[in-house]
Amino acid sequence: METATYHDPQLPGASPAVVQLAAASGKSQGLWASALRRLLRNRAAVLGLAIIIGFVVIAIFADQLALRPYAKQSLKDNNAIASWLPYVFTAMKPVNVPGGYAKINDAFPLGADYVGRDILSRLLYGTRISLAIAFIGPLISLMFGVVFGSIAGYYGGWIDSLIMRIVDLMYAFPSLLLIILMMTFFRSSLNSPPPGTFAYSLGKLDAAFGGLLFIFIGIGVTSWENMARLTRGQVLSVRQREYVLAARAIGVPDIRILIDHILPNILGPLIVAETLAIPTYIATEAFLSYIGLGVNRPVPSWGSMIAEGVQGITTYPNQAIFPALFLALAMFAFNFLGDGLRDALDPRTIN
Amino acid sequence: MRAYIFRRIAGMGVVLFAISLITFLLMHAVPGGPFDGEKRLPPDVVRNINAKYHLDEPLAAQYLTYMSNILVPQISQSDAPASQLTDALIAFSVGGTTFHWMNFGPTYRSTTRTVNDIFRENLPVSAQLGVLGLLVALAIGLPMGIIAALKHNQALDYLATGVAVAGISFPAIALGPLLITVFGLTLRWVPVSGWGSFAQAILPALTLGFGSSALIARLTRASLLEVIGEDYIRTAYAKGLRDRRVILVHALKNALIPVITIVGPLFAVLVTGSFVVETIFGIPGMGKYFVDSITNRDYPVIMGTVLLFAMLLVIANFAIDLIYGWLDPRIRFSMGRA
Repeated sequence: METATYHDPQLPGASPAVVQLAAASGKSQGLWASALRRLLRNRAAVLGLAIIIGFVVIAIFADQLALRPYAKQSLKDNNAIASWLPYVFTAMKPVNVPGGYAKINDAFPLGADYVGRDILSRLLYGTRISLAIAFIGPLISLMFGVVFGSIAGYYGGWIDSLIMRIVDLMYAFPSLLLIILMMTFFRSSLNSPPPGTFAYSLGKLDAAFGGLLFIFIGIGVTSWENMARLTRGQVLSVRQREYVLAARAIGVPDIRILIDHILPNILGPLIVAETLAIPTYIATEAFLSYIGLGVNRPVPSWGSMIAEGVQGITTYPNQAIFPALFLALAMFAFNFLGDGLRDALDPRTIN
Repeated sequence: MRAYIFRRIAGMGVVLFAISLITFLLMHAVPGGPFDGEKRLPPDVVRNINAKYHLDEPLAAQYLTYMSNILVPQISQSDAPASQLTDALIAFSVGGTTFHWMNFGPTYRSTTRTVNDIFRENLPVSAQLGVLGLLVALAIGLPMGIIAALKHNQALDYLATGVAVAGISFPAIALGPLLITVFGLTLRWVPVSGWGSFAQAILPALTLGFGSSALIARLTRASLLEVIGEDYIRTAYAKGLRDRRVILVHALKNALIPVITIVGPLFAVLVTGSFVVETIFGIPGMGKYFVDSITNRDYPVIMGTVLLFAMLLVIANFAIDLIYGWLDPRIRFSMGRA
């Protein structure tokens, strides 16, 4: 990948496209400004961004938007449906037709679940979980990946071999199986250790996050290796450049060279890779919540809502369909944005 | 080449050893044994059970016993009564002596069934589902990718690319309920659950394979676009070959090489994905046992499933790498790292 040359003031290795672009735009433009301009011209990416902003608004104002608290049960309304639902889901029979079984209660716009909790409210609160994963998951993966990848790429030698061997091993490990094992371990051993220990504080912290902390750790452990590989390759491609050699010649410490000179020049591809990985993280959380290893009950996650809904899907399809659609919509939006970012940050794709 | 194969096999051994060790340690780090249910058993009983399953031994000894049961073939004479035979996944005979290989041990949830029994009964179902999913992925993905490449930057290309993005945006847990509702409950074309007939396999195979078909379509498109620009394709056109022949025979042969390389990792995705699909559609595969075994601390089932699947994945990746080198003579296996 030779995409790491953007910030180099002399553009010695820049592709002709970059030079042409700079010349065509008349005045010199920073990488990020021109990338943003290209991104905003991409309709699919803008649509994705708009959906994400919508989800962010929902997540922030879930308390105001939701009709009732996410955990509030109303047992007499269990499995109730709104009166419009049978028109869409024709398999569902409301009580007022022959052979009908479903209670009608229009106080629940998308119906109520098996203990009478409002599905719409739970969906809105569930946005918080998926968005937290979408924004913090990449940061964790990036943090570990960049630290290990840049050490491996910058220093080389035995430490490079060691780190890359571990990365190879992680690649061979079926990551979903590993994350399941880890979550089992976290859930049962760190949730009830003796007070005063480190594990106890960790468990308390996780409980305060509704169970998200361990999911973050799980995602970090199973995704840092991609980022480490990418970072290493990028560092290798820039570490012999003149500005790095110059910095080293005047005695800048390694850590400063890495942070001030190398990192800004390799950040573009890393951000693209992380954005494209966000849907995977969202799906991982949903999967874990689906099999009961995700967020703590009764905190709603789209994954656990699907799991509960699938139990009775033949009679109440609405309970599984709406969380499934929300999940797909969120992944769709991040995929569009990631694709757009990749095109915007990679000048080689300019026609 | 031979050195490469040996090096790879040694590497696979190291990886599998590490996986078995990590799995074993994580599993035993989870507090609570397999036999502390709601009903407290008398201490003597617990001690006896623990002794029976060697749970009272040091961890290292437990690990060694477990691994040697799997790796070291047990020998039995052909005239030995059936009850004395060790349970094994693979049995083969050489001149009257039978070797029993891969004994994954008992499951703690049953006194009569073993992990091998679970594998024998449920693994074929998961495997069938996995293969069907792979077929679906290829059957949808390849044509979509080829069409998108041939109609580069035309409406069909955008349509195929859009479908591909939709495909990767629908994880199995979202696609499954959607397909059930649309095709099973509303249109009533296919049954929504169960396993055994062709009709019952349609929705699960679609759920499993659709996401991966998007991946294959993207890769095929990119790869074919690159190949079409090569000189030898221009030569083929220049000597007057028909379009279809150039694409199908000359271009596709090389364009499919990168596609084949992801079949290995894809297999991993499909296998673990089949666990979810099985729970959605009520399919009697490995998925249910694996998820249950985690909550029940049924160590041998957890360990056996992870190991078996890791083995399958490592071997699949190795096979793909060999095929890759055979398909593309430009690739030379070297001892050094690239």
